[in-house]
Amino acid sequence: MSSLVRLLKNRFTLQLTRSLLDLAPIVGVIVAFQVGVIHQPIPEVFALLLGLLQVVLGLTLFVLGLEQGLFPIGESMAYAFARKGSVLWLLLFAFGLGFGTTVAEPALIAVANQAADVARQGNVIADSLEAQENYALGLRLTVALSVGFAIVVGVLRILRGWPLHYLMIGGYIGVMIMTPFAPAEIIGIAYDSGGVTTSTITVPLVTALGVGLATAIKGRNPLLDGFGLIAFASLTPMVFVMAFGMLVR
Amino acid sequence: MIDWFIHFSGTLGAACRDILPIAAIIFGSQVLIIRRPIPNLRRVLAGFFYVVLGIALFLEGLETSLFPLGELMAKQLTSSTFIQASARTTEMDWQAYGWVYAFAAAIGFATTLAEPSLLAVALKAEEISGGAIGAWGLRLAVSLGVAFGIALGTYRIVTGTELYLYILAGYVVVVIQTAFAPKMIVGLAYDSGGVTTSTVTVPLVTALGLGLASTVPGRDPVLDGFGLIAFASLFPIISVMGYAQAAAWLSRRRSLS
Repeated sequence: MSSLVRLLKNRFTLQLTRSLLDLAPIVGVIVAFQVGVIHQPIPEVFALLLGLLQVVLGLTLFVLGLEQGLFPIGESMAYAFARKGSVLWLLLFAFGLGFGTTVAEPALIAVANQAADVARQGNVIADSLEAQENYALGLRLTVALSVGFAIVVGVLRILRGWPLHYLMIGGYIGVMIMTPFAPAEIIGIAYDSGGVTTSTITVPLVTALGVGLATAIKGRNPLLDGFGLIAFASLTPMVFVMAFGMLVR
Repeated sequence: MIDWFIHFSGTLGAACRDILPIAAIIFGSQVLIIRRPIPNLRRVLAGFFYVVLGIALFLEGLETSLFPLGELMAKQLTSSTFIQASARTTEMDWQAYGWVYAFAAAIGFATTLAEPSLLAVALKAEEISGGAIGAWGLRLAVSLGVAFGIALGTYRIVTGTELYLYILAGYVVVVIQTAFAPKMIVGLAYDSGGVTTSTVTVPLVTALGLGLASTVPGRDPVLDGFGLIAFASLFPIISVMGYAQAAAWLSRRRSLS
């Protein structure tokens, strides 16, 4: 038992250091600009430091929890489905994986809340807390649907051996066709949602599915065919979120 | 303190709801389809608990740290006293915001160079290419790409030009490069776009863009505030393929001479 506690402690301190290193470049650049260029007082330094501490601690617990709970079981499941052979179950699982990991992605939660806040202040939506929360949730569910869809198409691509760049160019064309029809206030958020979506939870699990599939199918190279699921999953949110903007309006 | 607890328990409840779909999918398919008990169930459940707690703490912390920091930097770098103190021209044109672009580029460069998932991608690229593409060179290329991308993104917010024009131009470059780049690098290059913006960088960069759009005269956060992340995920694709093309070209030249 005591050795287990020590193990957790070691993993905890290791991950804590990693989270600090994640934050270090941001803090470094800001301090350099404050000291070297701006020379203005920073208001509420204490609250700021407390917040940074929460961010580091939260990120540490989040990644530790993922590595202990979700990743081992999710990865072994992704491999199991990839080898099982039933295409229908594989596609259903692929959709659920893309959808579920995206809903839980913290960066997307944060950005969706910001977007809803801005939309409320800019009178795009009704001026109530409920409308704001609904908008943020709607945005996230839209992105999650689009990622689920992208993973399904990406899995089909690996099964059929379609070249990746056909999908990507198709996605680009989709984005450009949607843009003139979408309301102006959604375009920035839509374009950003692609990069925000694929982050801490989604990337490892989706990559495990892709590499597992490419290893299980004869004639596929895991290094060449296993990638690309993420890439397509950062294009479809743009198209779907623009459609969401048209529906909300 | 009591207020904080009430607020935090609200965030905690929301985090439970956020984690529910993926938990249901994982446990559901384990029980219904794979029909095997979950190994180390207690460890797994403890892991889920950490994840929920972590998400809640992270989101709470953002509200008082990275969000206000990004907005503060935007406000201070665009305040009229700061601009008049640093710029020689009194005209409020786009050149007056030089330090904004410098800050955006510095944040993009530093966070990308330190990004652990990019390191993993870079090592993989070195392996695939048999050493033709160096891991360090690739990381430098991606970091410069993100730095240039975010700086260009802040320039777009300052000038209020159309976002889609920049992105369209970027797509055209990507499509042309795809036709000429070494085939093995294409998938990796596309993926590197999503990899570069980490969970801590995204909130800061978003707040920077929104802060800029609300302080630069004539800009509207609703219309101009977003789009920086889009730049940060497009430019690495270009710089990774560009780097691979340059590396291939150099090695061809070396083998010819």
